[in-house]
Amino acid sequence: MKQAIELNVNGEPHAALVDTRETLLDALRYKLGHMGPKEGCGNGNCGACTVVLNGAVVNACLVFAVEAAGADVTTVEGVAAEGNLHPVQQAFIEHGALQCGFCTPGFIMSAKALLERNPSPSEPEIRLAISGNLCRCTGYDKIVRAIQTASRSLSQTA
Amino acid sequence: MAEYSVIGTSLAKVDAPERVTGKATYGADLDLPGMLWAKLVRSPHAHARIKHIDTSRAKALPGVKAVITAHDLPSLPKGATAPLVGEVSIDMSAIREIVMASDKVRYHGQVVAAVAATDPFIAEEAAGLVDVDYEPLPVVEDVLQAMQPDAPLVHEDLHMLEEATQERSDQPSNISTHMVYTRGDVEAGFAAADAVVEKTYTTQMVHQGYLEPQACAARVEPNGRVTLWTSAQGHFTVRTQLVTLLGLPASQLKVVPMEIGGGFGGKALALFEPTAIVLAQKTSRPVKLVVSREEVLRATGPGAPAVITVKAGATKDGKITALTTTMRYDAGAFPGSPVARGLLVGLAPYKLDNMVAEGFDVLTNKPRVQAYRAPGGTPAAFAVEALMDALADEIGVDPLAFRQKNAAEEGDTLPLGMPLNRIGLTEMLRQIETHPCWTTPLEGPHRGRGLALGYWIGGSFTSSAEVKINPDATASIFVGTVDLTGTRTTISQMVADELQIDPQDITITVGDTDSAPFADLSGGSRITYTMSAAAHQASQDVLTQLKERAAEKLKVSVDEVGYQAKRFWAKNDTRNEVSLAELARESVAWGSGPIIGKGSTTRMQPAHAYAAHVADVEIDPETGKVTILRYTCFQDVGKAINPTQVEGQIQGGAVQGIGWALNEEYIFDNGELKNASLLDYRCPVALDLPMIETVLTEVPASEGPYGLRGVGEVPIVPPGAALANAIYRATGTRLYELPMNPERIFWATRGNGTNGSHGTNGSGGA
Repeated sequence: MKQAIELNVNGEPHAALVDTRETLLDALRYKLGHMGPKEGCGNGNCGACTVVLNGAVVNACLVFAVEAAGADVTTVEGVAAEGNLHPVQQAFIEHGALQCGFCTPGFIMSAKALLERNPSPSEPEIRLAISGNLCRCTGYDKIVRAIQTASRSLSQTA
Repeated sequence: MAEYSVIGTSLAKVDAPERVTGKATYGADLDLPGMLWAKLVRSPHAHARIKHIDTSRAKALPGVKAVITAHDLPSLPKGATAPLVGEVSIDMSAIREIVMASDKVRYHGQVVAAVAATDPFIAEEAAGLVDVDYEPLPVVEDVLQAMQPDAPLVHEDLHMLEEATQERSDQPSNISTHMVYTRGDVEAGFAAADAVVEKTYTTQMVHQGYLEPQACAARVEPNGRVTLWTSAQGHFTVRTQLVTLLGLPASQLKVVPMEIGGGFGGKALALFEPTAIVLAQKTSRPVKLVVSREEVLRATGPGAPAVITVKAGATKDGKITALTTTMRYDAGAFPGSPVARGLLVGLAPYKLDNMVAEGFDVLTNKPRVQAYRAPGGTPAAFAVEALMDALADEIGVDPLAFRQKNAAEEGDTLPLGMPLNRIGLTEMLRQIETHPCWTTPLEGPHRGRGLALGYWIGGSFTSSAEVKINPDATASIFVGTVDLTGTRTTISQMVADELQIDPQDITITVGDTDSAPFADLSGGSRITYTMSAAAHQASQDVLTQLKERAAEKLKVSVDEVGYQAKRFWAKNDTRNEVSLAELARESVAWGSGPIIGKGSTTRMQPAHAYAAHVADVEIDPETGKVTILRYTCFQDVGKAINPTQVEGQIQGGAVQGIGWALNEEYIFDNGELKNASLLDYRCPVALDLPMIETVLTEVPASEGPYGLRGVGEVPIVPPGAALANAIYRATGTRLYELPMNPERIFWATRGNGTNGSHGTNGSGGA
């Protein structure tokens, strides 16, 4: 069964006709033109599809598209404001906190959300906040350091 | 050695901006107009004869455009091969069976049919409507059971190959190959030993765990040519296999490399691409095939498990006198485990005058294994390095001093016969001696420190590069090697230094098979190493062409032209000069045309990579859980082209090894994988780990312009034994089986459980 939904993605209004079985992730990717969120598992275990839905950090693969009707969704494509990279994105580049990059959209979203609710997290707090995001390339070391650096640069500009 | 300004610096990854903004395009990100979705039908049996497949119900479902079985793939003579890399060939008749089984399924999840439909929901429903009539057969799951003469046969017509004589056994067998390498006199060696230790070690099947499930898309063009987009480790390698598998000439097949979300060896073979192409040919529409995570874990090809016996003797002063090992590697349902690599990697750190190294490639009803980072190395090093620790302990010699006393050196012969060129093992071990991770006392109860070595031979094979000078004096690099983790950046750094131009003025493209120069697949730590030769050569070609043009303008001979910082001058009169900008501009306006430099290498000497890991652990005596307190990786990298990327490779490899050591394992029940999700197959998360410290040794490799060694493989090799040896010092109990999860440690420290159940080991060394 198909259903029409309207929602805001990265501040822009969007509309789509979605299958009621379709996930928010598939709707974002194939109906709404946002390929940034990735599907690594499809059941909430890897975090590559992490987006912010009405202020909450969620796995887009665990939300039905019809549940997001009327919602505000932020994906990795909406993180850089007016083409300027967010400090989290800059820090990931500077620290080499990515290799293949497939998990990176999810990590950027989790890290940004962490720093918004806790601007100066400790190392264990960072590790806990990203423990729902799997990375198989980096061993997490440089990701943790990138988030520490982003925390510092955000507090300097605040 | 020449001075470099870009090589040796941590230039930011040139393709990072598109990755942090979600703009990099991976295989599943393709969305073609009119595209159909494919879904694979998989066997629910680990071993069964296929009696009949009825596709009529699936075909009748509205929205279904095609249903195919193995009969729809071109037939292939048994034993048909295709080159994989260099002189190594793969059995394409086996690949065809993995793509789609014809008469028999040999592992749970083997593909038997595929459908293409207008949306993924219809495709999935249709896959469930393909009726397959199976006759289940007895399953053989365990490598030691599979070696028994009365075991169920995975292939009724497979006879064991004796590698030395190239003879086949009379009786069919699940052992596909038996190999033996000998040196010296082991009996005399053991007789001369003051202590001899023999143990058997077991590891389980594990998965590479790349985050991106396999994805590809195929489209038949109006002229009949096929375009294939795929996330594979080598698009030329995929094309080569498809040429054999589908009988298409290479000129009829364009393979476009998409960004790849991790491979680690598991995306080298064309296991899905043939299905997408045949479905596209049948339907005349583009077809996309993306597998699910469950399919990835069940049936894409994990890393090989092994049962390994090692026996070694040493004198009281710590000199190894003899070593024997028997390594039994499980290949899964088709031949080709990395057992020979296991023998090499396990023994390569040591001088061994008296040695017998025996290997078995064994078949079971499990998914055919694929390469996994330093393939074969991790189980072997777990066994050998844990045994060396036990032997050092037995004779009362410090484990580092024991390694130093027996360390292989330049000129020694590797276990499989090759002489070692320049290596940095001795220098690396000396760095450990004084490093705080080794000298700082580890205090507190239930804590221990472990050391283990690792080795990887490093890859060679074909790599090529083209370097073009643009009219505005910037440069474009064109390669056919897939960038798994950062080679666009390291290649750009090399060309920047060779041409003495800013890396900002360089762009690099990984081209498709129609346009890029041929390259073998990305794997085996070979790209940065071989590309150092190819990019150097291409850059020198560019400079030679430019100097020729400068010589003409400056009216001197080519030998008399100097170059630095974008200026060419006559050596006898430095005021007589011409800029790179001028030559570049003129190249397309008049004169000799565009400047295109080419470089290629097909065979380089191995750049042997050695590593040592030092782990500090604390064990919770109540639960058996291991906490890693400190983890330090030493590695001879030859020359770090980009230190941040080198560290990242080492950290990532070490953590994969830590996962293999402590958490990860395939759990089977009658050949069916019981933990086919990332929740139940638990890869390490950030919370499980400390920072991973890296210490780089730079002993230049024998070949290549910068002395670098490939770095990616070796860090996965030492963690198993480094942690096992640390756990022994924390608990007084030795473990003989990976993973060393809380349950195994809990029971082992209490003197029972499955610790080393395959062998004759005691309950521990306490």
